[in-house]
Amino acid sequence: MDLKEKLVSSFLAFEATVDTSNTIHDLRTEAIKSFEAYGFPSKKLEAWKYTSLNSVLKNDFSLFPKSEVALEYKDVKQYFINDIDSYKIVFIDGVYSSHLSETTHDKIDVCLMSSALTQNRFKPVIDVYYNTIVKEDGLTALNTAFAKEGAYIYIPKNEAAAKPIQVVYFSTGADNEAMFQPRNLIVAEDNAEVTIIERHQNLSDTEVFTNSVTEIYAGKNAHIDYYKIQNDTDKSSLVDNTFTEQHDNSVCAVHTFSFGGKITRNNLNFYQKGQGIDSILNGVTILEGKTHVDHNTLVEHLEPNCESHQDYKGIFDEKSTGVFNGKIIVDQIAQKTNAFQSNNNILLSDKATVNSKPQLEIFADDVKCSHGCTIGQLDESALFYMRSRGIATKEAKALLMYAFANNVLQSVKIPQLKNRINKLIAKKLGVDLGFDV
Amino acid sequence: MLEIKDLHASIEDKEILKGLNLKVNAGEVHAIMGPNGAGKSTLASVIAGKEEYEVTSGNILLENEDIEELAAEERAHKGIFLSFQYPVEIPGVSVTNFMKTAINETRKARGLEDMPARDMLKKIKEKSELLEIDSKFLSRSLNEGFSGGEKKRNEIFQMAMLEPKVAILDETDSGLDIDALRIVANGVNKLKSKDNAVIVITHYQRLLDYIVPDFVHVLHDGKIVKSGDKSLALELEEKGYDWIKEEVKA
Repeated sequence: MDLKEKLVSSFLAFEATVDTSNTIHDLRTEAIKSFEAYGFPSKKLEAWKYTSLNSVLKNDFSLFPKSEVALEYKDVKQYFINDIDSYKIVFIDGVYSSHLSETTHDKIDVCLMSSALTQNRFKPVIDVYYNTIVKEDGLTALNTAFAKEGAYIYIPKNEAAAKPIQVVYFSTGADNEAMFQPRNLIVAEDNAEVTIIERHQNLSDTEVFTNSVTEIYAGKNAHIDYYKIQNDTDKSSLVDNTFTEQHDNSVCAVHTFSFGGKITRNNLNFYQKGQGIDSILNGVTILEGKTHVDHNTLVEHLEPNCESHQDYKGIFDEKSTGVFNGKIIVDQIAQKTNAFQSNNNILLSDKATVNSKPQLEIFADDVKCSHGCTIGQLDESALFYMRSRGIATKEAKALLMYAFANNVLQSVKIPQLKNRINKLIAKKLGVDLGFDV
Repeated sequence: MLEIKDLHASIEDKEILKGLNLKVNAGEVHAIMGPNGAGKSTLASVIAGKEEYEVTSGNILLENEDIEELAAEERAHKGIFLSFQYPVEIPGVSVTNFMKTAINETRKARGLEDMPARDMLKKIKEKSELLEIDSKFLSRSLNEGFSGGEKKRNEIFQMAMLEPKVAILDETDSGLDIDALRIVANGVNKLKSKDNAVIVITHYQRLLDYIVPDFVHVLHDGKIVKSGDKSLALELEEKGYDWIKEEVKA
């Protein structure tokens, strides 16, 4: 039985574990049918031309966690941004860990999707937003069919989350190879503000496949900063499906730092449903080994006077592979759109590859759109210049690579997070940069 | 201090330096002049260790030690400094961070601890004042968007920070207005001592009014064909290079 058949046939067993009487379950029932029709994406699909999930799908994944593993904070502290005060929503093998979490219902809701989906007091929000921003395909349908746990973050009108929220998914290998379907909903109503840091971390050396769906709603003038840290083991694959809907004058930034994993696919989608919106999509990808990261972005400019800024930088060593597929659609009424996209890559090895593909579909006539992609090696003249000042080749390369990625980091607003990412980059590059970053 | 013996160097099998000899003692300033294409910048690059150039024969000795097999950074650690004709822009690395890295890498190579942050700041302040460099300038990305004059001042600032034994100034006067030229020359003069040496590579005599050489050499077709004192520079300024070429032919 292949994974698709296994998933479809296990739906009955899954139903026994959830409340089947509510509307959420109707969505699940529809979604499993969709998944059965779509199946997993194959390389025959244009959007999946450069990313094959075959090496992941061949695993005999355990679909529902059986064992409950406890973790002590001191053992996993390193995976948190641990020098800031934050809310935490933490899962171990798909199961909520109250021990490691710090949630709140004080003016805002920072809690569990399982609560939000089953308790009546969350129903008004769930009814309006849940499963409304996501676009259906095989993987998102699969997630919807099995969705019952994840992060639920609700910031009502004129409220701001007082501290950043860290959403961390640990897997322990306790159920051998495991597949997870986390489902996150972030709603920031008009004038609301929130900052979120998301991470998936495999603590074992068994295969893990995470098919995550995150819906983000930004009301008028809402500000959302979302940081994704992808630095998982080489047995861990992630398909991150994130859908963002923005309204008038909202600013939403998603920063994706991809430093590891086996296969990582980021489907990052922005829908601008108002005016004066700014959408920011930043990425730094630094890979080696056989790691593969695919950034598949979509920005739909549906109203006039909005902006989008995409800046993705990649450094690829050894046999690592990268994909950037950035699509911008400007609707014919979306005049005065400013849409910028840039994707710059450095290949450090003859065996590393990058496929960069900008796609612009512009139906309005008064717009500014620019896109640029580069794939190159480190600048030899810059290297010689640095070496002539006494900086050894390895450090000179690292400094150049650090500088290359650095401008993307400028927009990281939490100093401790920026510091952590700088350290991760320095560690990746195997150097001490010789100055505080 | 620096001795070059019968140096032959080529790039892509084309020989540029064809048996060059030069001896520079501590405390001296040497000017190397010559027409375009004589090999002036090649000489600077070869001494600094640019790998595109192949040294096919001859020696480069720094304090009696052969350095032609050393990597560029190792030569820098031993006290060679090249002020670039075209300094490279490095976006994302500030002047300060670049200098900190360069100094500490050099100290590391010499078996020393990192320079304490306070000393570093003090030194940066002192040397930037010498070159009349604004402190805001130090947090900017290295050479990015700098004017020609700012780039050259920044080169001499780096020289001041690194305190080399032998500094080679490759066309440092090109692209400088008279004020910038004065600042740069003044900086070089203050850095000069009995323990170091300066080689000024230039096409024009102008810079030599400010950095007065002890010796002037004329480089032509990959060789030093004439040497003299500072009056030779004035003669070249007046008569051009053609008479040298004629002399060489004869």
